[in-house]
Amino acid sequence: MNRITDHPVLGRTEKKCIEFFLDDTKMTARSGETIAAALLANNIRTLRYHEASGSPRGIYCNIGHCFECRVEVDGKTGVRACMTEVCSGMRVYRQQQLPRPFQEGGRER
Amino acid sequence: MNEAEVVIIGAGPAGLSAAIQSARCGLRVTVLDEFMKPGGRLLGQLHEEKKGVWWNGIEEADRLYEDAVNSGVHIRLGTTVYHIEKENRWVTETSEGTWESRCLLLAAGAAETPLPISGWTLPGVMSIGAAQVMTNVHRVTPGNKGIIIGINPLTMAIARELQLAGVEIEGIYIPPYEKKFRQMETPEQILAGMQRMAHLAPSFLLRVGSRFLVNQWTRQKAIQFYPKKGLSVWGIPIHFDKTVTKIIGENEVKGGFISSINAEGIIKEEEQYRKEVDFVCISGGLYPLVELAAVAGCPFYLIPELGGHIPLHNQTMHTPVEGLFVAGNITGIESAKIAMVQGETAGLSMGKAVNGTSRDIEEKLHQSVQNEKRIRAEALIQFHPEVKKGREKMHELWQNYVKESAAAKE
Repeated sequence: MNRITDHPVLGRTEKKCIEFFLDDTKMTARSGETIAAALLANNIRTLRYHEASGSPRGIYCNIGHCFECRVEVDGKTGVRACMTEVCSGMRVYRQQQLPRPFQEGGRER
Repeated sequence: MNEAEVVIIGAGPAGLSAAIQSARCGLRVTVLDEFMKPGGRLLGQLHEEKKGVWWNGIEEADRLYEDAVNSGVHIRLGTTVYHIEKENRWVTETSEGTWESRCLLLAAGAAETPLPISGWTLPGVMSIGAAQVMTNVHRVTPGNKGIIIGINPLTMAIARELQLAGVEIEGIYIPPYEKKFRQMETPEQILAGMQRMAHLAPSFLLRVGSRFLVNQWTRQKAIQFYPKKGLSVWGIPIHFDKTVTKIIGENEVKGGFISSINAEGIIKEEEQYRKEVDFVCISGGLYPLVELAAVAGCPFYLIPELGGHIPLHNQTMHTPVEGLFVAGNITGIESAKIAMVQGETAGLSMGKAVNGTSRDIEEKLHQSVQNEKRIRAEALIQFHPEVKKGREKMHELWQNYVKESAAAKE
């Protein structure tokens, strides 16, 4: 478990547990945290696959600037996981590599 | 359309401090911030100022937020600003609607300079600030054991915070030296900069011997004879003679390739090895977040001592653009304490802009400007050793601007 429940200076935290879904799998989160934090606490680091290359991507800046952590939330794409509070029953999906039929003039590669 | 006398962009130490002062001048104030909690980068901060006395950013943020709310400030969180424009009044376009205001304060803070090292897009690689927010704000560790790339005051403070939370730091390394990267420093230059971290790392400097750091020749020798295991601060090894040439892993971080380097940053090919870790933090330093000032048509100057391109402003936080003010890291990279006092100054300046001058407000403004200088002189950590010089440069640029615009009018 990678949650810090008892910090030597900041003390203990006790927050309500809630449930949400990543790619239709049930996950547990703490109320008031971001989607990115909830997923990291569940040992999930890959938040999307690059649109063109398909390479896995996770959080980078965690303060909303880099847009590396964008996910689909309740049907809306391009939502920053690091800036969005996780809610009970929320459905989060990883964005996938997109087809590129017109790349290189549509020729087979 | 929402309306206020003052709109403030950024609910960090500068924005909240400004809001409190403006509201106490009797103005209607709205603060906008895209994060869901108030406090900005204060939230992650946690360091020991003196033995047993901790600077707890979360407590500071709570205090500012309560003061602001009690002073009648409206705070709108989860609100992203995407455009500002001056018509008769300032118009601020956000994800939650449009605001119109007489005065606009930009207190957007700073962002981190990324270092595109081979493998840096792998999940598990993050900026050092990202690890700080995860650990101290969300209380989730970035991993079990990690490498940090980049040695600067932010690195040292956050490495300590990660350690407090029970995260193991395998080592801190210097970034690969490549001339094509702006603001890259050689190991020798970074070691020269270590003197500014004396308060964070006294044991380190005692062991290296800070007197050896004063000239280039001894610094080069220090790197040549640097201990192979690194010198440690709080038990964390710091490697001035090694860099990370590649972050490895297929789907997420598994480790890094470490290489020895000489004082000029040239890699010694024969001395390379692999370290297993599950996360990597990149620490490239901070730069002011100035896009909105550019959109507003504010002139800019490059002042490296302040962290990059800085919007022209004076000591009372005015810009040359009517009704536009700045405060905090947008004016130069410094501590939260400087951001707070600059915010107070800006808040008073906006009070003066709306209500007109009075003896009381002039006295308070004078006092606040003096406070900023005093807090800078007392600071334990400087992000840039020449920050005072940078502030003086900006002051001169402002005076030149005032002279030139007066001459142009004649």
